[in-house]
Amino acid sequence: MAVNKESNSYTFLFSIAMVVLVGSLLTFISLALKPFQNKNDADKKKMDILAAIGVEEVTRTNAAGLYQQHVIGSKVLTYDGRDTLIIDSVKDATGKVITDTLTAFEIDVKKDFRDKKLANSDKYYPLFIAKNAGGDTTFHVIPMVGKGLWGPIWGYIALLDDNITIAGASFDHKSETPGLGAEIKEAFFESPWKDKKIFTDNGRFVSVRVKKGGGSGDHEVNAITGGTITSNGVDEMAKRTLGIYRNYLRPKP
Amino acid sequence: MSEMQTAMKSKEPLFSKKNKKLITDPLSDNNPITIQVLGICSALAITVQTQQAIIMFVSVLFVMVMGNLTISVMRSLIPSRIRIIVQLVVVASLVIIVDQTLKAFQPDIAEKLSVFVGLIITNCIIMGRFEAFAMANKPWPSIMDAVGNAVGYGWILIAVSLVREVFGSGAISIPGAGQMKFIPEAWLMTGEGGFYLHNNMMILPPMALVVVGVIIWVQRMRNKALIEDH
Repeated sequence: MAVNKESNSYTFLFSIAMVVLVGSLLTFISLALKPFQNKNDADKKKMDILAAIGVEEVTRTNAAGLYQQHVIGSKVLTYDGRDTLIIDSVKDATGKVITDTLTAFEIDVKKDFRDKKLANSDKYYPLFIAKNAGGDTTFHVIPMVGKGLWGPIWGYIALLDDNITIAGASFDHKSETPGLGAEIKEAFFESPWKDKKIFTDNGRFVSVRVKKGGGSGDHEVNAITGGTITSNGVDEMAKRTLGIYRNYLRPKP
Repeated sequence: MSEMQTAMKSKEPLFSKKNKKLITDPLSDNNPITIQVLGICSALAITVQTQQAIIMFVSVLFVMVMGNLTISVMRSLIPSRIRIIVQLVVVASLVIIVDQTLKAFQPDIAEKLSVFVGLIITNCIIMGRFEAFAMANKPWPSIMDAVGNAVGYGWILIAVSLVREVFGSGAISIPGAGQMKFIPEAWLMTGEGGFYLHNNMMILPPMALVVVGVIIWVQRMRNKALIEDH
């Protein structure tokens, strides 16, 4: 049977068959790989949280275990700093977490940040409560998202239980310039955040500013030369996010 | 007896001279990057680290071989009016497969390559080989051609990234093993002391162009036949 390959009907049939075949193949592959990708995303998030509280040598393989060990609870806060009272970790008598439904963990702050229609006051704000290896220090870990030069930047800031002093910070980015803005995830940028204070001594909220030409004092860190827009993005992100969490950290009398 | 000999002759051995040439030609004398100057965009963008270049090479190799094979097998079925669209669909679906697989099993590298895996679709080398070779040749030579061109593309990528990473970050990186820095911290001019400074320019895309330019220069110096008359 001779088929005229140049006829319209053959072209149409060929296209339809191709689209159906390719479509189902890709759907199948996407569905098969989804669980792996979700796990990677969750692991990455755990690694970032652990990095903020200063846990060392976290890898993708041990992130989940260390997270169970260090993160003892979480809260979901409203814009004005109230706890939504979602109980998301059930503990036994000794304080060990039996189940962790991870309600706060599942809040996608990046997605909320992208959603321009969602007002800040309608968003929920996750807060993670973690302990160090010795178990003698409690941290509040605050996730944050902002804008860099080329794409989103995000990070986690861990506060000591005085709710004033920063215990550590970790930052990451999607596509900042390598060698310039991308350096926000390097230790030399992250480690100066430690021991900075987000409130002044008389209780005024000041955040921690990322300052060009050398930050000094309790409320400033040094910006990255050549990465001005990314540095400003980190500055804005910290000020905005901590400004929202301050309602919880230090409620107005 | 003679009939048998002709029958054997008509069946070309898998690695005949002609087939071998399909692989070796694109490595140097017909290199897709330095001679045809295709696929430059990704060569500039992802050659900051060797591990990215290696993963990119493997991805392109996969897309190229599978794509050339698919197109070659289907070549007598594809209606010529929509052949470019068919080629595009083939390359796009293969790239999506690579992208999703990387995200599932090599998440750190997938993050770094980000948009450039997707941009394999627009890599001129791939569409070029589909249209120029696979549409007119049998599956086996098409695979050879794909391997040749992908390796030709890959070795330039890896060579450029080696230069850029060694001088730009003082390190070498391998997928899985991560980045290994070999310049001692004490040498660096950060803070006090030290005498060495990484060449930050190497990290910026224009330097990739310069490095590719140097490769083209050396190549044409060694093989005068490559120099065009003007």
